[in-house]
Amino acid sequence: MRVDVLVLGAGPAGMSAALEARAQGLSVLLLDENAAPGGQVYRGARADARGPGADQARAGAKLAAALAGSGAERRFGATLWAIEPGPVAFFSEEGGARRVAAGQIILAPGTTERALPLPGWTLPGVMGVGAAQILMKSAGLLPSGAVWLAGQGPLLWLYAAQALAKGGRIAGIVDMSGPRTAALWHLPAALAAPGYLARGMAWMGAVRRQVPVHRSRDLRAEGDGQLERVVIDGTPHPADTLLLHDGVVPNTQVTRAIQGCAHRFRAGAWEPVVDEWGHTSTAGILVAGDGGGVFGAAAAALSGRIAALAVAHALGCFGVEQRDALAGPLLLRRGRQRAPRRFLDALFPPLPPPADPVMLCRCEEVSAGRVREAVALGCLGTNQLKAFTRAGMGACQGRVCGPLLHSAVAAARGVDGAMVEPLRTRFPTKPLTLGELAALA
Amino acid sequence: MTHTAIIIGGGLHGLSTALHLARLSGWRVTVLERRHVGRHSSGINAGGVRRLGRDMAEVGLSMVAAEIWASLPALVGDDGGFRPSGQMKLAESDADMAALERRHDAMRAAGWTHEELIDATEARRLLPAMAPHIRGAMVVRDDGAANPMRTVMAFRRAVLAAGAEIIEGVSVHGIAPGLLVETDHGPMRADRVANCAGAWATGLAAGLGEHIPTTAKASMMMVTERLPPFCQPTVGSQSRALSFKQTEEGTVVIGGGHQGSNDLATETANVDFANLAHAARIAADIFPVVRNARIVRSWTGIEARTPDQIPVLGESRVLPGLFHSFGYSGHGFQLSPAAGAAMAELMARGATNLPIGAFSPARFAA
Repeated sequence: MRVDVLVLGAGPAGMSAALEARAQGLSVLLLDENAAPGGQVYRGARADARGPGADQARAGAKLAAALAGSGAERRFGATLWAIEPGPVAFFSEEGGARRVAAGQIILAPGTTERALPLPGWTLPGVMGVGAAQILMKSAGLLPSGAVWLAGQGPLLWLYAAQALAKGGRIAGIVDMSGPRTAALWHLPAALAAPGYLARGMAWMGAVRRQVPVHRSRDLRAEGDGQLERVVIDGTPHPADTLLLHDGVVPNTQVTRAIQGCAHRFRAGAWEPVVDEWGHTSTAGILVAGDGGGVFGAAAAALSGRIAALAVAHALGCFGVEQRDALAGPLLLRRGRQRAPRRFLDALFPPLPPPADPVMLCRCEEVSAGRVREAVALGCLGTNQLKAFTRAGMGACQGRVCGPLLHSAVAAARGVDGAMVEPLRTRFPTKPLTLGELAALA
Repeated sequence: MTHTAIIIGGGLHGLSTALHLARLSGWRVTVLERRHVGRHSSGINAGGVRRLGRDMAEVGLSMVAAEIWASLPALVGDDGGFRPSGQMKLAESDADMAALERRHDAMRAAGWTHEELIDATEARRLLPAMAPHIRGAMVVRDDGAANPMRTVMAFRRAVLAAGAEIIEGVSVHGIAPGLLVETDHGPMRADRVANCAGAWATGLAAGLGEHIPTTAKASMMMVTERLPPFCQPTVGSQSRALSFKQTEEGTVVIGGGHQGSNDLATETANVDFANLAHAARIAADIFPVVRNARIVRSWTGIEARTPDQIPVLGESRVLPGLFHSFGYSGHGFQLSPAAGAAMAELMARGATNLPIGAFSPARFAA
């Protein structure tokens, strides 16, 4: 199989990239592991959406409809698991492995939710706000009983507002964010994106009127084999569900597995080094959207189009002048959309690593204390940590624990995160069965 | 009087050479490593501790190494994760069985008795999960497997404890007459120099005008999620390229020498999945239970292969005082404790009783 452009991910960036590439006459294969387009932000998006986040849902529904008529080949339920020089990509669908050669590849993998390890976070009944939002958007499910939210970041407040608007009930929110003063330096720049912050403030205000908010970092989940209560500043409260959130980080599972693909540490997370077009340091591989740095859905959609124009130029559709003429307005609009990011990054720096007994790597059962012991023994980074503790080597392939191990090692060494190499990922970046791979021989 | 030695390369062979030499009285040893110890094949190989199926020329040194592995804590203070869980080579056809019988006869004729030929019934007793087509096997019951990175780290600690110095982040671009080692941090001189630079060792020798032909190889490996225990020994096949091992954690490590791509200049190697698929096919043929197991990682590392697939170990033909140890061609892990001992004796005394005659660099003299 051979295409001009392979696009991974059917969120705002991926759909926009596929549409723009089709508009320039390129053949496009769009892969997404979900059953329908939308990605995270536009998941289950409908044109008649109402309530908090409805404007985004309408934008997503419009994009998905345009894509359906664009002539791009769309494969849902298709999981990309390897990229080789060429570029060549491998993916699985319906239990079979496939190989596709592409002129260029645009990766739009979006973000992953940063886990928030606190005492009891591995108990059944405790999950991520992101996972809860998937259930709400894709299946209309809201948790029942005494529901608590804890952590920090815009998604926490958006989810709370959306759940309340759908008739859900929230027993309380534990706001774990730090003091606000440092972030104020970035406020004037943030105001360049009209509506962005106002919307967030409106969600937060609506939630605060209906739900008690505790400001604390002294929180633990307790229960006998199942969450029964949350303990805030020593006071227990009954709880059936606890939803945790500490922001989202670029999903770099694929780019980190590409040998020689450069990454940088910014705002508490690793992201691939990309130029204004989305080119990574690896020839033929571009990253668009939040996978290349978190700036939100509107900026992601513009990044997708910009990357597609760069690819169209590289594949000979037009020269530099036409590329720049087409991309110029998009670059300007994207600049405005990105403006609030430094304010938000400063507002919500990642929470500090937890106390010794708390588990960081669930698959291999490695606690924060064991990571600190390994560092005391001379372990300098997350990749050496694997040899010391097997942390990061389990079935999650480092997706959940990677950022946690990284910040724990950096904090234990007393150095900035940029000084500690990120956990190296290896293809297949999504589990594939031996039988599926054998069928390629 | 104190003598000085520089070991180029912080892989397992360099570390083992440094350890044995540093423990002799009167030697000050420095290991130069371009990245970090165990960066390439030493840290990421399959960990097979295998006498089974060795080239006849390697059997002697491999027997010595097996004795060291059995009491590795005495050498480095840790067992490197070594478990004598056995190594088996399966016959998948009558032709395979005949080939194993010929090998068995040849070994007995040479006086070696560690390789044991077993029938299908005994093979099935050792490997209940194997497919029905297996006819028999060759087995070395007290061979086994170790943890490569843990072994590297144990050697690293032992080298430092023996008083040697390990300098990471220094690369060597050449060796000049007078045993002058040219590094990116300036020149260094020593009484003896060891070239343990793996896939890059041929280039260092060539800089002196010494021709030792090796090619780079990048054998691929993959590992599955944890499975319930079903396989004790490390398993290979007589006629197909496979190395198959279930670890203590339950994960299954599958390799066998299927090649990825490599680039010596950038020190990178890439997995080639169309090629790795062959290892998956062979593994699933022999162990149907793993067909639905999920692969969670694959990797490859760079090492050197000689034309005759046995190592280069001995003094340079053009620069006295320089000693080579590289080109282990995909099976140097087990040999490393003994090869380092041989190197240390050669460097300190100019001779060794260890059986390394077949490995002389002189065999490539034009």
